[in-house]
Amino acid sequence: MSVEAEARARPTAPADVRIGVVTFPGTLDDRDAARAVRLAGGTAVPLWHADADLHAVDAVVLPGGFSYGDYLRAGAISRFAPVMESLVDAARGGLPVLGICNGFQILCEAHLLPGSMIKNDHRTFICREQELAVENVDTPWTRNLPTGARITVPLKNQDGQYVADEHTLDLLEGEGRVVFRYQGWNPNGSRRDIAGISNEAGNVVGLMPHPEHAVEAGFGPDGPAGPRSGTDGLALFTSVISTLLGE
Amino acid sequence: MGRVVVDVMPKPEILDPQGKAVAAALPRLGFHGVTEVRQGKRFELEVEGDVTDEVLAMVREAAETLLSNPVIEDVVRVAPAAEHDGATA
Repeated sequence: MSVEAEARARPTAPADVRIGVVTFPGTLDDRDAARAVRLAGGTAVPLWHADADLHAVDAVVLPGGFSYGDYLRAGAISRFAPVMESLVDAARGGLPVLGICNGFQILCEAHLLPGSMIKNDHRTFICREQELAVENVDTPWTRNLPTGARITVPLKNQDGQYVADEHTLDLLEGEGRVVFRYQGWNPNGSRRDIAGISNEAGNVVGLMPHPEHAVEAGFGPDGPAGPRSGTDGLALFTSVISTLLGE
Repeated sequence: MGRVVVDVMPKPEILDPQGKAVAAALPRLGFHGVTEVRQGKRFELEVEGDVTDEVLAMVREAAETLLSNPVIEDVVRVAPAAEHDGATA
């Protein structure tokens, strides 16, 4: 679809919601994340790692990839990029932030989310369609999903094993901060099958699987309507737009 | 010019997939009797001037802030490099 056709096809939003998508050197999924924002009815605003200005966005997506080549540790160097200093402040002030895959790793390294990711327990890169249970539908990124929702989105990573100490895991469980949990099997050895979590306030959410790759029929995972028909990931982006519009 | 060595290891309670991969490869190459391998990281930091206590304190802070992630790793050594220590010595 051309940009113009895509613009015509997008649902009309009553107000403009600007969602920033950060690009670091080595980010791969920024275009897909921006496209997901547009398909959900928002305006995607490109943010650059070296620019501390958040350009007055209403929310931010940290997309997946291998920022700075995953040198040192996944997300370790990105955490110190100028854009992150502004983002950490804004996130602590309540700005909705979604970290996907490498973005989740960056949020952990930036201490906006607890725990960390290490290499998958089976030591291989994995790419598959993954079912998730959505266990918290009160975050700005999940509020359009029904309680008990199951979604299927692509999962693709090397360092996807979520780890944290038992105290932190108990805290996350007790406060309902396990937002997404792997269903059917555990694809990477993550503690307690955790696929995604939120901060205490709920505005910062990180997950390993990729909702931005499941937003348009014909390009997503297999779904009830046929091969590649799955668009379960779109709900995360429409959720934050609904939240910001006060719907 | 001084040099400081920092060694970082995965925490004992954290599974080390890389170490496990190495451990599994050893017997295939005929190296038997190794019961466990854990793989860490070694950093060599060249510093201006001598390695003073202040320099070591700064490097220790850097090691705990950037070079390691305390959730999954321990800084096990921060020390001046010995003469014979390291590839560039």
